[in-house]
Amino acid sequence: MENIKLIDENGRRVDGRRVDELRPIKIEAGVLKRADGSAYLEWGKNKIIVGVYGPRELHPRHLQDPTKAIVQCRYTMASFSVGERKRPGPDRRSVEISKIISEALENVIFTRQFPRTSIEIYIEVLEANAGTRCAGITAASVALADAGIPMRDLVPACAVGKVDGQIVLDLVKEEDNYGEADIPMAIVPHTGEIVLLQMDGCMTQDEFYKALDMGIKACKQIYNLQKEALKNKYRIAEVEEIDVDEAVAGGEL
Amino acid sequence: MSSNDVVSEIKRGYIYRLAELGKRIDGRRFDEHRPLIIEKSPISSAEGSARVKLGKTDVLIGIKMEPGEPYPDTPNSGVMTTSAEMGPVASPTFESGPPGEDAIELARVTDRAIREGEVIDLEALCIEPEKKVWIVFIDIHVLDYDGNLFDACQFGALAALSSTIVPAEKFGLGKDFPLKIQHYPVSVTFAKIRDKILCDPGLDEEKIADARITISLDENNNIRAVQKGLRGGFSQEEIKKIINMAVQITPTLRKKILEV
Repeated sequence: MENIKLIDENGRRVDGRRVDELRPIKIEAGVLKRADGSAYLEWGKNKIIVGVYGPRELHPRHLQDPTKAIVQCRYTMASFSVGERKRPGPDRRSVEISKIISEALENVIFTRQFPRTSIEIYIEVLEANAGTRCAGITAASVALADAGIPMRDLVPACAVGKVDGQIVLDLVKEEDNYGEADIPMAIVPHTGEIVLLQMDGCMTQDEFYKALDMGIKACKQIYNLQKEALKNKYRIAEVEEIDVDEAVAGGEL
Repeated sequence: MSSNDVVSEIKRGYIYRLAELGKRIDGRRFDEHRPLIIEKSPISSAEGSARVKLGKTDVLIGIKMEPGEPYPDTPNSGVMTTSAEMGPVASPTFESGPPGEDAIELARVTDRAIREGEVIDLEALCIEPEKKVWIVFIDIHVLDYDGNLFDACQFGALAALSSTIVPAEKFGLGKDFPLKIQHYPVSVTFAKIRDKILCDPGLDEEKIADARITISLDENNNIRAVQKGLRGGFSQEEIKKIINMAVQITPTLRKKILEV
């Protein structure tokens, strides 16, 4: 397995992309009826749906914060979302991911406007092909905006990594499994702050900085897609202009 | 909930004001760790162990090993698993019961530094391909929590592994032998308090920190693992500054961990 070639001599990756190319991304806001806000996202083969509730009264009450809202994210992978069936329920990986996503999103939410409440984000991974935490956070911030929760920005996220010695954007499963490093990251585009950052593997410092640059650039691209998804949902349907004379002549008025 | 969970506004303001002057409540520099004391092999019933005191933070790491089945996708590799106990003995704010998200994050961040830093050669822990391999359990016990468990546990895991004797005789697998250590990655954690960045946050500093980041560097200063936490963010320049600080700090810490 070690000699598997992940980038060919023309610089194309296993799925034909260039090193700095994102997989196709499709985001739709407001896809669920009962949740206060929601979003559906397809990112390559990743399929993710997010529902948001709140701000609503937090139970049990001893968990309430009298100064602000608590941001609680739960990241869940469906048992059928991966090759080998995943045992349902939270595992240690999803607990950690839920924690860092909550922290990253709390950065942009005006939590002090809603003391004693909770803002709950449910990220459901329906199909997974590497990069689900980034896809989850990208969809979650669209769902939060769809819920009308006051935020200072959206949070786009993307992974960068090292594959066959090269820095590449947005790893797929094979690259994640057999690559040399993986860096999931999320930013607040308005301030340029990095609010989610993890890394495993092995990288020199220069490679790491190059990867950060590439990731930030991609996050900005994803940011546009997030805004577009919200505009599509809330765009006021253009009123069809009617020609009064014609309408009268046609007997419609 | 204990009142220890809260840092008073006065103390918070004091830490902020000191930070403006480039100072800290315990008199340390921003790039200075608290005194580090490592005791190797304090537990004789474990295959390897280490007790780490980082200031008043106190953790005990024990290594147990036993033969077991490999994972199907890595039939020729030993298995390594890390868990962390953060019980009430260590803090009035810790609760009994199954590990909470803090304990899970601590275990996973420690695990990542050891695994990605290639501290142990897992392939050398294969006994019979596809059937039998050594399983290494890294168990963290937090005894006293006074901030920055991440660094204390990573140092402790490294020290404990380097003192580990593989218990082959006990399982009829030949003579006992010391576990071979390949690399010595060292993790350093930084807290961001307003716009100031300081390493090895103490309890109060950690409680008021806006953001936190842990960087793990190997002997060649390659980056092996990163974990950012809390709601605050870092700019790209701050990340560079932090990595440069880590490059300065880790050699001394590594020496200290190794010379035990």
